[in-house]
Amino acid sequence: MSTSVTRMPGDVSAAEHRRQVLSHQLGRWIPLMILAIMSGVVLAPIMWTISTSLRTGVDSFTVPPKWLPTDLAWENYAQVFETVPFARQILNSTIITWGTVLGQLITASLAGYAFARLEFKGRDLLFWIVLATMMIPIQATVIPVFILVRSLGLFDTVWSLILPATPTAFGAFLLRQYYLTIPIELEESALIDGANQWQLFYRVYLPLVKPGLAVLAILSFNFHWNEFFRPLIFLQHENYPITIGIFQLQGYMMTGSISVVLAGVVVSLVPVIIIFLFGQRYLIEGIMRGAIKG
Amino acid sequence: MTSRKTTAVAGGGIFHWLMQDTMDGLRRRRAVLGYLFLLPTLLGIFIFTAGPVFVSFGLSLFQWNIFKPPDYVGLENFERLLEDRRVIIGLVNTVKFTVLAVCSQVSIGLILALAVHRINRVWLRYYFRTAFFLPLLMSGASVAVFMGYIFHKEFGPLNYYLTLLGIPQIPWLTSSDLVMISIAIISAWRNMGFTFLIFLGGLSNLSQEVLDAADVDGAQGLRRLWSVTIPLLSPQILFATVTGVIGALQVFDEPYIMTRGGPGNASRTLVMVMYEHAFKHIEFGYGSAIAIVVFLMILVMAIVQMWLWRNRVFYQ
Repeated sequence: MSTSVTRMPGDVSAAEHRRQVLSHQLGRWIPLMILAIMSGVVLAPIMWTISTSLRTGVDSFTVPPKWLPTDLAWENYAQVFETVPFARQILNSTIITWGTVLGQLITASLAGYAFARLEFKGRDLLFWIVLATMMIPIQATVIPVFILVRSLGLFDTVWSLILPATPTAFGAFLLRQYYLTIPIELEESALIDGANQWQLFYRVYLPLVKPGLAVLAILSFNFHWNEFFRPLIFLQHENYPITIGIFQLQGYMMTGSISVVLAGVVVSLVPVIIIFLFGQRYLIEGIMRGAIKG
Repeated sequence: MTSRKTTAVAGGGIFHWLMQDTMDGLRRRRAVLGYLFLLPTLLGIFIFTAGPVFVSFGLSLFQWNIFKPPDYVGLENFERLLEDRRVIIGLVNTVKFTVLAVCSQVSIGLILALAVHRINRVWLRYYFRTAFFLPLLMSGASVAVFMGYIFHKEFGPLNYYLTLLGIPQIPWLTSSDLVMISIAIISAWRNMGFTFLIFLGGLSNLSQEVLDAADVDGAQGLRRLWSVTIPLLSPQILFATVTGVIGALQVFDEPYIMTRGGPGNASRTLVMVMYEHAFKHIEFGYGSAIAIVVFLMILVMAIVQMWLWRNRVFYQ
């Protein structure tokens, strides 16, 4: 590839030929070496976390660090559930995350369809307004939302997190793109077959944007499962989700065994790993489409 | 006229007007459906996003906690902010973090994408892509917790390996000079998967013709990289930088979990200061004033992004 400049064999001196071969070889091996080192840098902390989560307390901070889980101290995992209300926190995270994902799927599939396929006055203006709100950071809204949630009596309930996160400008924008890819001829033939407007949306379009729904669901699940800032503000004690759970765990275990804390971290990563295994394609697609926030 | 009919036979008229079996009727039905479908999103965004931004601006002019009625103080909160040492330190720390984190995650992500793009073996490409992508899925909280241990001065695996190389134990998270750098490294560790993916996508979309033309012109190796490939990637580089800055300006989880803002105030960020005033001291007015500062900084970046987008600098 990089030696595609054609020359007569006699044109190249032996020294220059050697130099070219060398630079070609370097061009092959240097990137590979960088990648090997960097993938080690990325994976090593995760490996260490998993193997240390299975170590006995006295062994948890051994020097030199051990990389293979030799003790298999599964009792660390049991201890997580005894130290903090971890089962309850997993349940909280599950309810909050699925509630938000479901709400976003419903509102965004409707809004995306309206923006993509329905004509009405002010549509483009509304679209730009919705798009602009994507740029508003959570900090600029969180205090008024806190006051609102409190006055509605929703403070310290899962609704305080689900309701404000349900309308999603990003989701509407993402799904609009999927609706736009569907050929309009399909719509015409469905109308000729006597479909009404609701059937057109629900029976014709919605099944065809399933990949878009999957992208939104997975991005949103990942984002909200990992949330820390809002739960810290809107929830208390037994209603905390798992992210705050591992933070509490770290606080209790400051002087104790870090293996237990890391066991908690590993548990919190389980859904993330599942998504990673089964939904990676959708996630990467979503990010490539310019995912700014969930 | 339809409107006169509607007033004549109220409910039935509207129903007839809407359900008329003509092209006009169809158009009306679709328009009404459009508004209905948008209603949940528009209403929700108005109540939970757009409205609250204006309320935040309003609140920043008041002194208010939930126990006493709000007290209008004009711009006093902003005057106080200018002299508040913690706010200024928070701002400096946030900017320092943003520069360090964004520079490293963009440059490393770019190097990784360029390198992976050169790999021909499918399984190897897949392995690297998977590896760099994995941390992106983890929560800031879990990353902060285990990285806190890895960067521990005495017992952390990182310092252990550095001492093997003859480097003395580095107080990553306990030195005021180093703590923001360490948090930026940890944050870049997590986010470079994002920039990597953006650049990899950009590289696979590059026109092979342009690259071949560069080849014929004799641009090879690093020269070609510097004067052809990287300029062609500038839309992705801009995008990764702007979104990176917007994210970094909001940094909270990692310093809150790893150092609680310490040692001293050395890792206290602007959003942490805002959180403390608004939700620990229940000063909604002053908290809002700090939030407005964060918002304005992000707004500037967002405007840059919108501008770039409208001028079609971004990838499609």
